[in-house]
Amino acid sequence: MARVVYPKIVTANHLLEGDVIYMTASGDWSRKHEDAKLYEDRHEAEDALKFAQEQAHMLAGAYLADAQIGKNGKPEPVHFREAFRTRGPSNYPNHGKQAEV
Amino acid sequence: MYNYNQFDHDFVRNRVKEFRGQVERRLDGSLTEDEFKPLRLMNGLYLQLHAYMLRVAIPYGTLNSRQMKQLAMISEKWDKGYGHFTTRQNIQYNWPKLKDTPDILDALADVEMHAIQTSGNCVRNVTADHFAGAAADEIEDPRPTAELLRQWSMDHPEFQFLPRKFKIAMTGSPNDRAVTKAHDIGIRMVRNDKGEPGYEILIGGGLGRTPMIGKVVREFLPKADLLPYVEAILQVYNLNGRRDNKYKARIKILVHETGIDTLREWIEEVFETQKIHHQTPPAEMIEAIEAQFQPPKFDNAKVDEDKLSKIIAADPLLRSFVETNISEHFDSNHAIVTISLKPIGGTPGDATAKQMRIMAGLAEAYGYDELRVSHEQNIILPHVRRDDLPEIYKVLKDAGLATANVGLLSDMIACPGMDYCALATARSIPVAQELSIAFEDLKLQQDIGPLKIKISGCINACGHHHVGHIGILGLDKAGVESYQITLGGDGTQTASIGERAGPGFSYEEIVPAVSRIIDCYMNIREGKNDTFLDVYRRVGADPFKEALYPEETATA
Ligand code: SF4
Repeated sequence: MARVVYPKIVTANHLLEGDVIYMTASGDWSRKHEDAKLYEDRHEAEDALKFAQEQAHMLAGAYLADAQIGKNGKPEPVHFREAFRTRGPSNYPNHGKQAEV
Repeated sequence: MYNYNQFDHDFVRNRVKEFRGQVERRLDGSLTEDEFKPLRLMNGLYLQLHAYMLRVAIPYGTLNSRQMKQLAMISEKWDKGYGHFTTRQNIQYNWPKLKDTPDILDALADVEMHAIQTSGNCVRNVTADHFAGAAADEIEDPRPTAELLRQWSMDHPEFQFLPRKFKIAMTGSPNDRAVTKAHDIGIRMVRNDKGEPGYEILIGGGLGRTPMIGKVVREFLPKADLLPYVEAILQVYNLNGRRDNKYKARIKILVHETGIDTLREWIEEVFETQKIHHQTPPAEMIEAIEAQFQPPKFDNAKVDEDKLSKIIAADPLLRSFVETNISEHFDSNHAIVTISLKPIGGTPGDATAKQMRIMAGLAEAYGYDELRVSHEQNIILPHVRRDDLPEIYKVLKDAGLATANVGLLSDMIACPGMDYCALATARSIPVAQELSIAFEDLKLQQDIGPLKIKISGCINACGHHHVGHIGILGLDKAGVESYQITLGGDGTQTASIGERAGPGFSYEEIVPAVSRIIDCYMNIREGKNDTFLDVYRRVGADPFKEALYPEETATA
C-alpha cells in the first residue's frame, strides 16, 4: 500500500519556554495546533520550514509534521506523537498544554 | 561520602559560568541552535517533547540529605515541584526554562553537584550498586573506585569524542545489583587465590538495538592497575570503534566484530605501555578518597530483637513492609531500607519536593545522613538501626512512600517514553501505571513473588526491557503504539537477554497480555519458591506463547 501523503504544518519548540509552537498563516507562532497553517504543496511547505529555521532567536528544532483537516475544519495531528505534543504528558493531566484548556 | 576539593569546586563553578555565557549568547542571537545544541548537551540540557529537560548526575547514586533537599528546592523554584529518578541513578527535571538553567546549575554546584557528562559521546556518570558500603554480601565498597573513575573521566581530554557514549558500572558484591553485564565496562570486585581484592573486568555489554551480555576481558586485575587498564580499553575503543554508523559504534559491536580474544590482546598490549607511562595517582590520593567512604560511626547498642519482632508482628502492614523493602546490612543492628517510588498507579521514579525533603529528613534523623538512588528508580536509606524501622515506616506511610512492593510486580522500571522523550516511539509510563493498577492487590503481588517488569519507550532501552523477566518495548507500528514482549531477561550475575515472545500488542491489549503471562506462570509453577524466572528457564517460552497467542497456537 502506498504511503498516504498528508499536508504539512510547521512546528518547533519555543526557545525560552521549550514548549510546542506552530507556525500560522501570517508567519507568526501559536501554541495551538488548530492555528497552524496547513501546506498542501510540498515546495510551499519546504519554503515555510526554511523561513521558520531562520527565526533561530525564538525557536529550536523546527520541522514539518503531517496534519489533516479535522471535524471543526481546522488542522489536527495525524500521528499520535503529534497528538501528544498538542496535550502534554499523560501521567500529569495538569502539566503541559492540556492544563490550559 | 566524597567531598569536593578546591579543584572540583573551581572546575564546576567555571563550567557554570561558561554555560551562563553560552546561554546569554544563544538568547541574544549570537549562537545558532546548531552551535548551541552540543554546548547545552554537554551540560545535561536536552530539548524534549514538551519542554527542556535537565539531567543531573548523581555519581554512583550517592546523596546526602543536604543534596536531596537542594534537589527538592530546585524542583520547586524552577520546575513543577517534582523530579524523576532514572535508571542511570540520575535525576531529571522535566520542565526547566532555558534562561533559568545556569541558576539551577549554580544551585547544584552549591551542594557539590552538576550535570556535566550526562550527555554526549564521553564517559557518562559511573553507576554502582545502590547497597554499596552497606550490603552484607560485599567484598569491598565499590564507591572509592567509582569516584576515582569519576575523577579520571571528568573532562578527560582524550575521551570527550568517543565513537559513542560510554557507560561504566561497578559492584563490590557477588550479587550483581548494578547490571554490570549490560554496560560498556562492568567492574566486579573479586578476590584472587591469595584473598586479595581486585577486579574482574567485563566489556561489551549493552542493551539498545543490539543487546549483548558483557564478556570477561580480565579475570583478575590488581586494584593498582585499574586506571591504566581502563585507559587501555578506552584507547583501543577510541581508535577502533566504528564511527561510520551510529548504531554500530558502541564497544559491544567492536567486541562482537573483533572477538573478545583479539581485543584482549590489543588491550593488554596498550596496557603494558600504559603501565609505564600512565601517571597513576599517588597512594595518598587514593587513601584520601577511600577515607571519605568509611562507614559512618554506627550506634552499636544491641537491638532488642524480641521487642522489635513484637512491634512488627502487631502491625500487618509494617510486617509486610519489613518483609519486602528491607535488606540485610553487614552490621546486624542495622538494615537497608528501600523506599519504593512506585506507588500503585504512580509514575515510576517520580518524587515530589515534599517527599524528597521527607526522605532527606529520615536520612538525617535515622540514616547517618546517607541516601542512594537505585537504577531501579527507588531511593535507599543504606544504614538505619533496626529498632528505628517502625518509626521510619510511619513517616514513610504518611508521605505515601511506604508501598511494600520492592522486587514485586509493581516495582517496575519505566523510562519516560513518549510522555517526555523526543526519541520515543511509544509511551511507557501509562503502561506501567495501568499494570500496577491491574495488580494493585499487594497480597496478590506477594503471592506472585519476585518479578521484574521493565518497560522502554523505544529501542534505546533506557527502561532495560531486555533484562526484565518480562520486558515491554513500545514501538510505532504504522502510526499506532505497539508493545513487544520479551521473556526471561535477567540483569543480575546470571544475566540473560529476554527472548521476543511474538507479535506486538496494542496499547489496549498490553495489560491483558501481561496478565495472561502471569496466569500461565501461576498455573505451572511448583510452589511459591518456584519464581517466574526459574519457571521460564525450566519450561521455556512455549507455554507463555500459548497463553499470549491462544488463537495462533491453536491453529498452528
Ligand atoms: S528508551 Fe527511548 S523513549 Fe525511553 S527514555 Fe530512552 S530514548 Fe527515550
